[in-house]
Amino acid sequence: MKARVTITLKPGVLDPQGKAIEHALGSLGFDGVDAARVGKIVELDLADGTSDDDIDAMCRRLLANTVIENYRIERL
Amino acid sequence: MKTAVIVFPGSNCDRDMAVALRDVTGQAPAMVWHRDTALPEGVDLIAVPGGFSYGDYLRSGAMAARSPIMRAVVEAAGRGAAVLGVCNGFQILTEAGLLPGALMRNAGLTFVCRDVTLKVENNQTAFTHRYDNGEQIRVPVAHHDGNYFADDETLARLEGEGRIAFRYAENVNGSRHDIAGIVNDGGNVLGMMPHPERLIEAPQGGTDGRRMFEGLLAAVN
Repeated sequence: MKARVTITLKPGVLDPQGKAIEHALGSLGFDGVDAARVGKIVELDLADGTSDDDIDAMCRRLLANTVIENYRIERL
Repeated sequence: MKTAVIVFPGSNCDRDMAVALRDVTGQAPAMVWHRDTALPEGVDLIAVPGGFSYGDYLRSGAMAARSPIMRAVVEAAGRGAAVLGVCNGFQILTEAGLLPGALMRNAGLTFVCRDVTLKVENNQTAFTHRYDNGEQIRVPVAHHDGNYFADDETLARLEGEGRIAFRYAENVNGSRHDIAGIVNDGGNVLGMMPHPERLIEAPQGGTDGRRMFEGLLAAVN
């Protein structure tokens, strides 16, 4: 089984990379880009029977820094 | 004073730190590899050096904070041993939960490598008692991820408890409250982005860093 973890900066945490992308899109002529936020995706190949709690613990203990980041888990 | 320097794959300030510790204490530190599970018996000061441990994979300091030796470092900090994290070492200490907050990408997105002026905010710690409160010192920084972030509540606690050791006189990376270095609630763990170990002898451009190590030596003896 596979799971996909999407890690994003919490709302309110400044994302300078996102800001730079937003400005770059504007300078390419794409109007109306109000904001861009950069995150990351981790895809996991997991043993059958890995519980939601296990994946959640992986996120809390390593994959996301919950001081600054939120995470979302999807089973694929 | 017995000292140790933790070495991770990708550390690159470990030898500078070792030279600084040897010069000031007269005794070479133990160099402890990240896969080791124990620190030398009776170690008084553990230095977590700068660099790019594990290539900054996932987040700066994230992998190093979960390496075997860090369990021993957290235990030693709990027993009251002094722990100094510089640059990547500061990032590692926040990721390991020894210090609050996180170090994010510099607000200007560029790697900042220059001397900065720091203001000593609290000289009542083992690390800073050889400085005067409000004293300004020049110390080099060299980092990409030095933008200190903590939520409002954490910042209020740090301010209220006098746990901000150093502030940037000019904010070079977007850090909240101009924070350059903080201590834990016990005062025995200090994390800072600037590099005091690079200012030990006059030919290095100054000796403002030396007093931190001398102060630690005096505090332990």
